[in-house]
Amino acid sequence: MTTNAPANALDYNARSRAFKIFSAIVLAIFAIIWIIPLVFALDTSLKPEGEIAAHPTSWWSSHFSFHAYTEVVKGTPIMTWYLNSLIIAVLTVIITLVVCSMIGFALAQTRFSGRITVFGFVLAGLLIPGSILVLPLYQIVHEMHLLNTYWAMALPAVSAPVAVFIFESFFSGLPRELIEAARIDGASWFGIYWRVCLPLCRPAMAAVAIFTFVGSWNNFLWPLLCMSNVDQMTIPVGMATVAGGFGILYAQVMATAVLGALPLFVVFLLFQRHIVQGIAGTGIK
Amino acid sequence: MATTVIDDGLPVAVPDSGSPLRTQRSGENRAGWLLSAPFIVFYLIFLIGPALYGILMSFFNTTSVKSGLGAAVGLANYREVLTSSAFWGSMGHTLWFTVLTTPPLVILAFVFAILAERIRRGRALVRFIFFAPFVMPVTSVTMIFGWLFTAQIGLFPKWLSDIGISPPNFLGTTGWSFITVALLTVWWTVGFNFVLFLAGLQEIPTEVYEAAAIDGSTPRKTMWSITMPLLRPTIVLVTMLQILASLQIFNQMYLMTGGGPGTSTRPVMEFIYDYGFSDYRAGYAAAATMVYFVIVLVVSLVWFVLRRQTRKTVGA
Repeated sequence: MTTNAPANALDYNARSRAFKIFSAIVLAIFAIIWIIPLVFALDTSLKPEGEIAAHPTSWWSSHFSFHAYTEVVKGTPIMTWYLNSLIIAVLTVIITLVVCSMIGFALAQTRFSGRITVFGFVLAGLLIPGSILVLPLYQIVHEMHLLNTYWAMALPAVSAPVAVFIFESFFSGLPRELIEAARIDGASWFGIYWRVCLPLCRPAMAAVAIFTFVGSWNNFLWPLLCMSNVDQMTIPVGMATVAGGFGILYAQVMATAVLGALPLFVVFLLFQRHIVQGIAGTGIK
Repeated sequence: MATTVIDDGLPVAVPDSGSPLRTQRSGENRAGWLLSAPFIVFYLIFLIGPALYGILMSFFNTTSVKSGLGAAVGLANYREVLTSSAFWGSMGHTLWFTVLTTPPLVILAFVFAILAERIRRGRALVRFIFFAPFVMPVTSVTMIFGWLFTAQIGLFPKWLSDIGISPPNFLGTTGWSFITVALLTVWWTVGFNFVLFLAGLQEIPTEVYEAAAIDGSTPRKTMWSITMPLLRPTIVLVTMLQILASLQIFNQMYLMTGGGPGTSTRPVMEFIYDYGFSDYRAGYAAAATMVYFVIVLVVSLVWFVLRRQTRKTVGA
């Protein structure tokens, strides 16, 4: 996506070429600053606790090992939290994809009466900063007797107007003739949505799926409120509850931090292109 | 779910019902509503519901320990919130955090994107390095920065000592706590803005730059007369999204300082948390939520208007 021009159009004289070298150097410096916290965290997590106590800021150890990781896995319910986070994130992604793509299709391709009203109504939701409303949301979820269940986490996340508009803009791009043709062939509206249009909007599905997954996995305040039971906690909240308990066992603290970040790093590595394009495509429009 | 209902009965063109066109119209109508219904239900319960219920609660002395609204207290909650120095103090902390984080997060991301646009190789790597922290859970970030900033034995205090500066108490004093949490936030989230700017830059056609080059434009002039004006919608977008995100600060502050020392760094979100959940004064906290909500809503509306305007000027 970046190699559209054989020569960079900005490279037209010696001064701009000098600027290019300057750019590379400045970026390299900042890139190093940016990875130092991650590398040092990883480095600390692999050192024996005794060595950290003696030389806390040393980068080198003669006894690198995964000891802290095995201790964390044995000593904390981190595996349960992984499972909880995964179940909640997958549930949220599936429901969001189905529900938001259906209304996205309806708004884009069917001309039902009240469509403009529904559109404006959902658009207004973009203005509502949902995270601020956790207190009344808590009361509602409490009244529904959903606290300490996966549903308390998954269901509220589905009401995402952004996801609706990602689908809406994607479905709007499909040619009207395609839908007309399917209608003439006798397909039902649901059939058109499910069998004709949905398979064509994989990029939108990928973008929504990844953002919903990352958002669900990293959500902190909401699970902190509605998951008070240790066995129901998600990774970010569970980690916060044990963080203080490690005391000066810094290798274990860092091992926990690394373990917490690991799954999404993998997701990010696998789907980097989708994530970046998703932000670019949805943020700009 | 509703999907099964939709699948079976939707006659396309029923021959015996007079006008097939009208049947088709009503079929389309029904399909549109049925496909929209599940989302509307979620939306009403989990987004509109809390907004309305929050307004309602703010007029009652609701507690979080008992269900139900409790007794009506009229405007007492609002009177207490609006005259509470603790509330306005926490509002001030949230605004101070927004002031501290928005300029670096917008400017650094912009500079990174401009620089990354110039280099030919390694752009993907740079993008990866700046964006990767953004996908980390907040707790991992605060654990790592807590360790890096630990007094005496942390990496940053040690570096400062090495170059002859006596390190400040990063998390022990109010002033430095804000800066520490702001630094962490810049490190954590700059990648998102960076990617938005990169995308904005890529929308600028190369021909414009080529034309400027042929006309003998200097790099600085190209920057000010071409890149900046064409990137204006992205700059507005990133700035407004950043202000909205910073205004909602809770997680990092809660985990790094717990609002301390004392309550001197406590953001509004944590004020609401403390009163609504720790003190069980849900009605009072709901009134605080509504005041805060209105302030954020005003910022959102400003963004909405600005966005429409920039769209119009770009379109024209």
